[in-house]
Amino acid sequence: MSRYTGVTDRDLREMLDAIGVDSIDDLFAEIPEGVRLGRAIDLPPGQSEQEVFEHLTALAARNRHCDEEVTFLGAGMYDHYVPALIDTLLQRSEFLTPYTPYQPEVSQGGLQVMFEFQTAISELTGLPVSNASVYEGPSAVAAAGYLAKLETRRSRLVASRGLHPHSRGALRTHAAGYGMEVSEVPLTAEGATDLDALAEAVDDDTAAVFLQQPNFLGTVEELGELTEAGKRTGAVAVCAADPLPLGILTPPGELGADICVGEGQTLGNRLDFGGPSFGFFAATERFLRKMPGRIAGETRDLDGQRGFVLTLQTREQHIRREKATHNICTAQALNALAGVVYLSWLGRRGLVELAELMLRRTHYAREALGLEPINPGPVVREFAVRVPDLDALFDRAREVGINPGYRLGRDYPEYEDGLLVAITERRTRAHIDRLAEVAASARQAVTA
Amino acid sequence: MSDPLDPRAGEDTITIFERSREGRRAFVAPKCDVPEVPVDELLPRSAVRERPAELPEVSEPELVRHYTTLSSKNFHLDEGFYPLGSCTMKHNPKLHERVAALPGHARLHPLQDSAYAQGALELMWRLQSALAEIAGLPHVSLQPSAGSHGELAGLLLSRAYHEDRGEPRTKVLTPDTAHGTNPATVTMAGYEVVKVGTAPDGGVDLDDLRAKADADVACLMLTNPNTLGLFDRNIEEIERIVHDAGATLYYDGANLNAVMGIARPGDMGFDIVHFNLHKTFTQPHGGGGPGAGPIAVSDRIEPFLPSPQVVRRSEGDGAEPRFDLDYDRPKSIGRMRGFQGNFGVFVRTYAYIRSLGGDGLEQASQVAVLNANYVKARLAEEGVGEYLPIAFDRTCMHEFVVSGRGAKERLGIKTLDIAKRLLDHRIHPPTVYFPLLVEEALMIEPTETETKERLDHFADVIRAILEEAREDPEIATGAPYTTPVRRLDEARAAKRPVVRWRPDRADE
Repeated sequence: MSRYTGVTDRDLREMLDAIGVDSIDDLFAEIPEGVRLGRAIDLPPGQSEQEVFEHLTALAARNRHCDEEVTFLGAGMYDHYVPALIDTLLQRSEFLTPYTPYQPEVSQGGLQVMFEFQTAISELTGLPVSNASVYEGPSAVAAAGYLAKLETRRSRLVASRGLHPHSRGALRTHAAGYGMEVSEVPLTAEGATDLDALAEAVDDDTAAVFLQQPNFLGTVEELGELTEAGKRTGAVAVCAADPLPLGILTPPGELGADICVGEGQTLGNRLDFGGPSFGFFAATERFLRKMPGRIAGETRDLDGQRGFVLTLQTREQHIRREKATHNICTAQALNALAGVVYLSWLGRRGLVELAELMLRRTHYAREALGLEPINPGPVVREFAVRVPDLDALFDRAREVGINPGYRLGRDYPEYEDGLLVAITERRTRAHIDRLAEVAASARQAVTA
Repeated sequence: MSDPLDPRAGEDTITIFERSREGRRAFVAPKCDVPEVPVDELLPRSAVRERPAELPEVSEPELVRHYTTLSSKNFHLDEGFYPLGSCTMKHNPKLHERVAALPGHARLHPLQDSAYAQGALELMWRLQSALAEIAGLPHVSLQPSAGSHGELAGLLLSRAYHEDRGEPRTKVLTPDTAHGTNPATVTMAGYEVVKVGTAPDGGVDLDDLRAKADADVACLMLTNPNTLGLFDRNIEEIERIVHDAGATLYYDGANLNAVMGIARPGDMGFDIVHFNLHKTFTQPHGGGGPGAGPIAVSDRIEPFLPSPQVVRRSEGDGAEPRFDLDYDRPKSIGRMRGFQGNFGVFVRTYAYIRSLGGDGLEQASQVAVLNANYVKARLAEEGVGEYLPIAFDRTCMHEFVVSGRGAKERLGIKTLDIAKRLLDHRIHPPTVYFPLLVEEALMIEPTETETKERLDHFADVIRAILEEAREDPEIATGAPYTTPVRRLDEARAAKRPVVRWRPDRADE
């Protein structure tokens, strides 16, 4: 008997008798012989809990994680401190083990969390309505593209090259399905979206323009000008955003964005080698009845008491089937819980303090490194520099336990020598100074 | 005014925002160790927020208490029976949380150089191999984020396959019993939905399928066993019809828990399969995610799989193999999402497969089917069966569907009332009103991790609810009574949507 099932021999006899068959095999009699496996499934035999733990621990030990090096790696996910209370709350069975709240009377905890999450995201983005989470950042961008198609019935999408390469990739993949073309707008010599090129790229058939704040290089974009140019012909302005810098940046909703989406990992979620985290999706009022994903709404019960339900479900696949505005079912409720707990932990002033600390350290780091910046203008949590010999820098940095950041060359041939350096509250001045020393010594080695 | 001595009244429904008091805090920022340059010297004025986001100001004890109190209002799997059809609410082993939380997993950056992420890549590669064996299809992408995302990936793969052959197609077939995600996915993938009818035995109507499987059809999406919990006996004929029409055959893995190690989708002729790791492979559902929806495909679909793929490179001559991410995939549909997928879910799934092994997975399916048939037999007993007739009276697989029409006609209580009355017994109701073709449907999936005593208790409670309704149907129609709130006004919520808290609109 496996440790997760509990049928004793006696149970088995009684159950088969009640069913009226002689054996478990009889229950599978309807499966045609021709499609049966007819042999044991070829996987290693089961192991004890201790053996599995030891095997997984050995695999995990072959990864170099963020406590084993000083990492400046970001590019969409960041090494932030996650407070202990999040671990405690997320491991509560009451949050960890229920299904989607289809029975609201016994799901008020989860539903109220969704409502609170929606409120926090609405505050950060400056947009009145938020859903209760989507999968993650890049597919949220793709979902915004689909919504723009439903709304405008146009066939072109225009994306800044400042949009995360994974977001542009996911957008292209999904757009191939819903029959839209994606064109890209270049960045200026200062690493910001080219305003004139954007204005030129939009036409009467453009459904949406996609921007990112801060953009992939860390540049704080002139979002107001960009959305104005992008909406010139009636397109929907979509802004992808890292929610943490929105603590000090003007909310996209106040700068003309109609939809704001993003990756939520920075809000109290683990790195987890890329997931699970959550995506968020906020929009203006006009999209409320077309948005993807679950939305919790406030209502009353029979006794007039306040309560929460999943609402506006006529958007959703289980009600509208082929006429649904999206196919999403399971999203990221537990990760969104971490998000709202994290934001409540930071609080109104704490979020500002944290974002300001990142801002100052980021500018300090760009100065300290003494390398040619790709984006010399305002940056908030990340910046890009040109490095004469990237391999030499990586070699030296690795020797002293530093991961210097992300090589831009894979995604941006125009920045073949580019390094993207991310700063969080965990990267101290001492860490930054060490990276600067390594950069200086690598530079000397190159010129020597 | 609410009664201050009523434990359900007032205070404990307030939001974290309403608990806020100016000046409280849980967070203390690390010291600023760089020059404190004023923000407006670093950012242009137009980019700086005029007022802070109105997040709550609360102390840590209040924060912990708020969310702990909220948690106590959730019914959950660790508390009791959860026979939610099609959702496979099996036990979530606690080991999985421990191994997922190891810093080598939880604190690993997704863009870490592959040389320093060999453990994670090997885990993914091993999981791909295991899922390929379970599906009977050789190639796996772990990337899709959930079942519906896997469905979308599958249809995009079908599209790429047909277009690559120079035969673009326009329609996708789905049975009328399909999960709602199937037709919704078809639309998102740019195809037209064509519904296929259900035969009297609950399987696909073969004549209808033959009539509709023409040269415009790209794919048939099928769940087998289907949403009625029935294995389609004609699967071999269905496969011939679909493939003769040049279309692909897609397997919705929502019901895979019935057939692991017994019959594989690949051996049934399917080209593409998605797995719901949060169903069959016991990722905790988290109140609505996270999940993961990997896909397995046949050789002819492989070139189009999402990028990147996890690969094992042999260096030759007995050297250790290296695991890597392969981006060099010219025919790939591209990315479905960021990074490599929901790795934390993969860790749990891999731990589960290691724990059970091949024989354990087969046993899980056997017991899942045994448990479902046992509950079905208990609910067919006199005093129950006449009120809740089985929709299609055949041996079921891991789940089955009964109709509440007997209870509605003879007792005056609907399926919804039975569901709500179950809440008072601390049992989560089955899936209700699905599939659509069964009137007043109750879809029951006990899973293999429930003991006979739990199943008996459920059957006894159903009987008691029906007996109670014979005496007084209003008990059920007014239920629940013991839950944190009573029946909620969903029409009000949809008519005047309040989807965030606002200080000026609080508690109208």
